Amino acid sequence: MGEKLHEIRLTVNGVPRETRVPGRRLLSDCLRHDLGLTGTHVGCEHGVCGCCTVLLDGEPVRSCLTFAVTVDGREITTVEGLREPDGSLSPVQRAFSESHALQCGFCTPGFLCTVTALLRDNPAPSDDEVVEGISGNLCRCTGYQNIVKAVHRASELMGEAEGRS
Amino acid sequence: MTTKLFGEPVQRREDLRLITGEGRYLDDLGKDALAAAFVRSPHAHARIRGIDVSGALEVDGLVAVYTWEDLPEGVRDPLPLLIPHPALTHGRTAYPLARDVVRHVGEPVVMVVARDRYLAEDAAALIEVDYEFLKPVVGIEEAVQGVHLVHEDVPGNVGAHLVQEVPSPGGAGAREAVDAAPHVLAFRLDIERSASTPLEGRGVYARWDADDRSLRVYSSTQTSTSVRMAVAAKLGLPLPSVEVIAPDVGGGFGVKIVHPWPEEVLVPWAAMLLGREVKWAEDRREHFISSAHERAQVQHVRVGFDDEGRVLGLDVTILHDHGAYTPYGIIVPIITATQLLGPYRIGAYRVEFSSIYTNTVQVTPYRGAGRPQGVFCMERTMDRIAAHLGLDRTAVRAANFIQPGEFPYDQGLIFQDGRPLIYDSGDYPKSLSMLKELIGWDAFPQAKERAAAEGRRLGIGLACYVEGTGVGPYEGGHVQVTSDGRVHVSTGLTSQGQGHETVFAQIAATELGVPLDRVSVVTGDTRRFGYAVGTFASRAAVMSGNAIALAARKVRDKALRIAAEALEADPRDLEIEDGVVRVAGDPEASISLATVAVLSNPLRYAFDEEAKRATQFAGPASMDRPPVEAGEEPGLEGRDYYSPVRSTFASGMHAAIVETDPDTAEIRILRYAVVHDCGRLINPMIVEGQIHGGVAQGVGGALYERMVYDGHGQLLNASFMDFLMPYATEIPFVETAHLETPSPLNPLGVKGAGEAGVIPVSAVIAAAVEDAEGITVDRMPISPSELYELRRATAP
Ligand code: FES
Ligand code: FES
Repeated sequence: MGEKLHEIRLTVNGVPRETRVPGRRLLSDCLRHDLGLTGTHVGCEHGVCGCCTVLLDGEPVRSCLTFAVTVDGREITTVEGLREPDGSLSPVQRAFSESHALQCGFCTPGFLCTVTALLRDNPAPSDDEVVEGISGNLCRCTGYQNIVKAVHRASELMGEAEGRS
Repeated sequence: MTTKLFGEPVQRREDLRLITGEGRYLDDLGKDALAAAFVRSPHAHARIRGIDVSGALEVDGLVAVYTWEDLPEGVRDPLPLLIPHPALTHGRTAYPLARDVVRHVGEPVVMVVARDRYLAEDAAALIEVDYEFLKPVVGIEEAVQGVHLVHEDVPGNVGAHLVQEVPSPGGAGAREAVDAAPHVLAFRLDIERSASTPLEGRGVYARWDADDRSLRVYSSTQTSTSVRMAVAAKLGLPLPSVEVIAPDVGGGFGVKIVHPWPEEVLVPWAAMLLGREVKWAEDRREHFISSAHERAQVQHVRVGFDDEGRVLGLDVTILHDHGAYTPYGIIVPIITATQLLGPYRIGAYRVEFSSIYTNTVQVTPYRGAGRPQGVFCMERTMDRIAAHLGLDRTAVRAANFIQPGEFPYDQGLIFQDGRPLIYDSGDYPKSLSMLKELIGWDAFPQAKERAAAEGRRLGIGLACYVEGTGVGPYEGGHVQVTSDGRVHVSTGLTSQGQGHETVFAQIAATELGVPLDRVSVVTGDTRRFGYAVGTFASRAAVMSGNAIALAARKVRDKALRIAAEALEADPRDLEIEDGVVRVAGDPEASISLATVAVLSNPLRYAFDEEAKRATQFAGPASMDRPPVEAGEEPGLEGRDYYSPVRSTFASGMHAAIVETDPDTAEIRILRYAVVHDCGRLINPMIVEGQIHGGVAQGVGGALYERMVYDGHGQLLNASFMDFLMPYATEIPFVETAHLETPSPLNPLGVKGAGEAGVIPVSAVIAAAVEDAEGITVDRMPISPSELYELRRATAP
């Protein structure tokens, strides 16, 4: 007897996708193993590290704490979908690289998604707001200093792009 | 400019794939592989009476279940003891699946293979193991009583006992020297367990090719070459039929140097047996209870000193908790015992350690590898001396420093590489003055007083360390220029985020005179480079960096020889810039490295336009000499190795200002300053990143992280909910300054930088808290509730 499968439709990085999953399938596993989007990582599978963060209808969620069936019909952005429409790197991606905000890169997709939403809601955050904004994501490599720097840098790059000073 | 790449803050070349989701970590591979899961012991110490797997057989998608009984010879044997040592008289390692007895919670007992991970875990949950409980041994001091034993045949639970002693210049033993000193102090220090805790756990994925009887293994490891040798030996395969690849690895910090893990033997074995791809990716709880921890020690110190605070005799006895098994030998306590001496010349030194079995997860190196404990010991000692004599803490340190003119300085001990502990270079007085300047040491008392007037408690602390880096035996590098002008560099050691692809490319590009974007680097892939040791002990830049430089120099010499012939010039008049060999001062006379690569390989068959130049009728050639001369090889490539006589010693000093809350005992780090000397910097941006990350792990160890075992040997905080790894909110901004005293031991003059950041942090924070509170701090980590208790205990 196999498990009962549920048909779900998702829009992932702008592309409509259909798949069949058991009720208990985590969204993280669905994205990684069913849809082949392995950029989303799992570091704990209990909601603490933030490696698995994706944007669900634009808001950061932990895909390891989300059953895939519960997001049927919703829109998801993963790290693979963060590039600009023209294929160039987003300001957040560029800033992370420029600021050496990653080492092993395992936590990075979660940070990139988190920061993308953070700067959309608050384009020029203060130091405290940045630290607060990333305080749900663990990184074992960088000590966070360059991640904080990268968030400010991304804000700057976005400002330049929009002609803000 | 191609020649200035060494020393520049070049952007990392690994970033693009990692910020776009195109990295390839272990669990990103093998989409259709079967999944393995393990039944692990829920008990710290028990005898296995029986295993009933029948429940699992109901699970749809189950492929196989294995217990120790099912394993063939070789696979079923105990895992290797990687680093034997004469003092490790009672080394013990685990079986890949428990045989008869389990010795810690998390020890693997049954392996399940199924269609996917969910089903494998379903099946594992339905397997019943019948255990007879044995008394668990938890905590070093309970263990040394020897009342209950972790291994029946290891009396007193003592795995190893080692004494090293360096007499004073006058020939006095350390105990004698302590007793004869004008001042004597004796005290005890306690250090808790923590762990590497990379965000990616361990993992193994194996493919058996039944047609050509070869095995490919991917492992999230710090040593693919050594995993390869271990797997080939265990499975009885010829070495050339096994290849091991470390893909992108999500952090290591020491834990992934251990090998072969049970899973690294069992997963490839199952893949061979089943003729199917098999993968296992560790989950977070498994990582906590089944990999490795570090740090726990109890230290007893006796120190004798004069009125200036000069240490005349130091006598340290260490109890080191190594958990249930000793696969990595006694490297950690040896490092503690030797690196404890730091930047100091000590009158007479005696260190004795006992390495003790307990029914807990095994202990193997975690970034710093015994040094944080050694530095904690020495620096707490320096602070006690200063307090006893009423001297400034920096003055006591300065009184004991080895002076810049005294290098090479022989500490008289044997280091972790089996070689003498001889410091190659450094400038400790300069480091200290830079640190005092950076943190504002001399002005701090006024700041402290001002704060006190407002009811705030501030404290300042510092700590110094010396780190033996770049241990041997060797690493190698291979550099090849292909006929398209690209440069392919490979080395056998592995990467876990240190930026090796970037720094090794900088080295090769600088040596060869080519643009950086023409260089590509591969690490940790035995298909490309089969001889290597691994990534640990801050050795990658020193070992592989120098090997790659030497290999590149060979290539450069060969390129100049070939170009000289083609240009009819003297090789000594040639230079390479931007991938073009030219005669200095004659811009017309030049030839690209791509063309030199073509010419380096005499051809019979032309495969493209460029290749025609190397064919047999293409041009004039000496008819008296063979196309490939004796001693030459076709191709523009070179291979070389770097094998140092001994380690090179990096050093540094940290200082911090903390504030403690008078009511809640919360500890906040207000400032954190680092002076760091790792010789010549290859890429300052990357070195700073290593320091930041190391300090963050140090702060975790100083204030938050500990492994909480109860008396039954249950790890009570085996999750990120309960093990308090710091977030951005806990980590201070780190201010850094660099000193560069080149190492005379290697051609690049570099020293290791990977571990440095973590080493002195606990000592620094303890010193600063002590200064703020006026209470002696003799343990790490220190939590607010512990500080609160300390206040109560010492209240008048
Ligand atoms: S994997 Fe989802 S929060 Fe850690
Ligand atoms: S870069 Fe490795 S965990 Fe953040």
